[in-house]
Amino acid sequence: MNEQHTAKAFDVDLQDLSRMVAEMGGLAEKQVADAVDALAKRDTTMAQRVTAADVSIDNLQREIEEKAVLTIARRQPMAVDLRAIVGALRLANDLERIGDLAKNIAKRVIALNAEFPPPKLIRGVEHMTDLVLEQLKAVLDAYAHRDDNKAMAVWRGDEEIDAVCTSVFRELLTYMMEDPRNITFCIHLMFCAKNIERMGDHATNIAETVHYIVDGRPITERRPKGDTEISALAGMSS
Amino acid sequence: MAGPTTITPSTPIYAARRRKNFITMAVAYAATGFGLLWLALILIVLFWEGFSGLSLKVFTEMTPPPGSAGGLLNAIAGSLVMTFLAVIIGTPLGVLAGTYLAEYGRYDKLSTVVRFINDILLSAPSIVVGLFVYEIMVAQMGHFSGWAGAVALAVIVVPVVVRTTEDMLTLVPDTLREAAASIGLPRSKMIQKVAYRAARAGMITGVLLAVARISGETAPLLFTALNNQFWSTNLNAPVSSLPVVIFQFALSPYKDWQELAWTGALIITLAVLGLSIIARYLGGQSKKS
Amino acid sequence: MTMANFTVPTVSNTVASTEGLVEKITVQNLDFFYGDHRALKNINVSLYQGKVTAFIGPSGCGKSTLLRILNRMYDLYPNQRATGTVRLDNEDILSPSQDLNLLRAKVGMVFQKPTPFPMTIYENIAFGIRLYEKLPKSELDGRVQHALERAALWTEVKDKLGANGQSLSGGQQQRLCIARTVAVRPEVILFDEPCSALDPISTAKIEELIDELKEDYTIAIVTHNMQQAARVSDFTAFMYLGELVEYGETTKIFTAPNDRRTQDYITGRFG
Repeated sequence: MNEQHTAKAFDVDLQDLSRMVAEMGGLAEKQVADAVDALAKRDTTMAQRVTAADVSIDNLQREIEEKAVLTIARRQPMAVDLRAIVGALRLANDLERIGDLAKNIAKRVIALNAEFPPPKLIRGVEHMTDLVLEQLKAVLDAYAHRDDNKAMAVWRGDEEIDAVCTSVFRELLTYMMEDPRNITFCIHLMFCAKNIERMGDHATNIAETVHYIVDGRPITERRPKGDTEISALAGMSS
Repeated sequence: MAGPTTITPSTPIYAARRRKNFITMAVAYAATGFGLLWLALILIVLFWEGFSGLSLKVFTEMTPPPGSAGGLLNAIAGSLVMTFLAVIIGTPLGVLAGTYLAEYGRYDKLSTVVRFINDILLSAPSIVVGLFVYEIMVAQMGHFSGWAGAVALAVIVVPVVVRTTEDMLTLVPDTLREAAASIGLPRSKMIQKVAYRAARAGMITGVLLAVARISGETAPLLFTALNNQFWSTNLNAPVSSLPVVIFQFALSPYKDWQELAWTGALIITLAVLGLSIIARYLGGQSKKS
Repeated sequence: MTMANFTVPTVSNTVASTEGLVEKITVQNLDFFYGDHRALKNINVSLYQGKVTAFIGPSGCGKSTLLRILNRMYDLYPNQRATGTVRLDNEDILSPSQDLNLLRAKVGMVFQKPTPFPMTIYENIAFGIRLYEKLPKSELDGRVQHALERAALWTEVKDKLGANGQSLSGGQQQRLCIARTVAVRPEVILFDEPCSALDPISTAKIEELIDELKEDYTIAIVTHNMQQAARVSDFTAFMYLGELVEYGETTKIFTAPNDRRTQDYITGRFG
């Protein structure tokens, strides 16, 4: 939709919403990167900063909600506009959850304190994080440009993260069986991995939302799944 | 030029406009006053001259021979009867023709012609109407008659009623016609039950205006009903009427007759005034609903 | 599939499901002319039994014209003609042999401006009934009451049935007109911008009424108010410059229309 609304202020409202979502996306990306960075570098100060920064993401979500509700009340949006606003709400929701998950990782870094796993184990988690950040960046890009193809690529790409997550879990399991003293940080690490895997799911949600905004139709194909084993293990992500 | 205007009463273009406005207003008021002055004078003279002669006798006694006392009973009765007959003859014709113009023939070529002819008839000099009826009735029958008088008046009634009926029906909104049609009402029923009802007050006003118009007509009656000094209920014979009596008496050299003429004029004026007021009242009511 | 299972309702149901619906009115290859001006171009659309179909589009797009073909209201005026077929229960209503009064008794209409007849409230309703049925007074009273009840007006007027219909408020007048239409027992009711002259409360009442009426009647509504179309209708047709641009389920049209022009119009990007 390149054409403008007869009511110019409506365009401004919609642009504001998109801008706020983009800003929130940037913040969420940074939080995820920082949290995993803190984990890798065993940097509790950085972890504390991540925990503290979460509030700004929460605030942005509230602002987006208010703006969306106000715009709906004022403009009675239809079709593509309605989808854009509902989409912004959904995106804000997913991004807020991603922020929470990053905060949860940061909290675990603080809880672990000096007790840190060998870097070799963290490498798997880092790899997952790289994949997720790539997905997140791509999907936010797809949102900014209303690019359905790019969004669908992200949607299909979640499979890889799930597969990596499964292998990280296996590794951690082996490690725990080797020496029960490893159990505490291994469990923390498992949760971190699970959090990152969930971030990937949120990226997929966002991809679905972008598709919905652009196309207005639900996705008809079935999403490839690589996480059957984890689902069984962790009983999540229904 | 952007921003608020800077016009003040002394701005030349605006001051000139105010001057022009003042002059035009003054001229308009003067013209109105001039017109009203004559109307007032006529009414004053009429009341002055006519009121003194107004008594019960005027309504109970016949027109007298010169030099003796009498009233206008036969003239009033004649006027009433002929006016009544003219309305009875003219109204149905006028209403039907007006209905054709407004409802059935609205888009026909024929109705344009009918409307044009009706407008000519509406403004035709009444003496022409009198002459016409004289030719087709009086000359054929060989004598003047009340019937001829009634017919002449009816010819004057018809165009007035046609016009007002058409106008009033045209004022009935098309949406009402559509609404009537939308419940399956045939057109004839729609006109009778809905359009006439909506236009009723206006149509009655039209008839009243026609009555007011013919109650003062003299010329057509001179050629048709002529006059009759005596009480007569025979419409095949000449019949007296107020306008003709006024015409005759006013031109006479006799003082009594002249006085009776004034009184008759006053009676007609009051009757027409009364009808006009009723017509106005009804017209106002129809506008409200 | 995902945790945010938060979709605008029925978007998933994109294919217009007309299965199991009965076509009450079927318009095929319809053209309409005002003199030489072709106001409607090859219209094809169906109205389904018991459903509300809304016609939307900018002024002059032909939506009212289309509505007025369905009861041949255009026949009141000269130089207007329609070609093509419009079937009401498999009977071509455009055929010259169609009895217009019977057609209009079957296909009722409610207009933009409330149009009570210049008579009492009671007579406004009874008038139409008497046209086609000769009923004893008690039964007629019952029919009048029933019609007024259907139009949600009974409680407001039951004590003043003898008052002039034009003394009611605008919203009440419009409901009186709906009662008048219902009283004739039509099969289809056409609403031509029925709320454009009414305040929001009266509008809500009329919309509620349309919702109740659709159980028994097939309804078509022309409206400029898109939210209204979205609220009251099951199917929506978007018309533009005399053409039917898009027709489908209302939920689909207002959330994800197929045609760019539909989208531009309903989102306020026209002109």
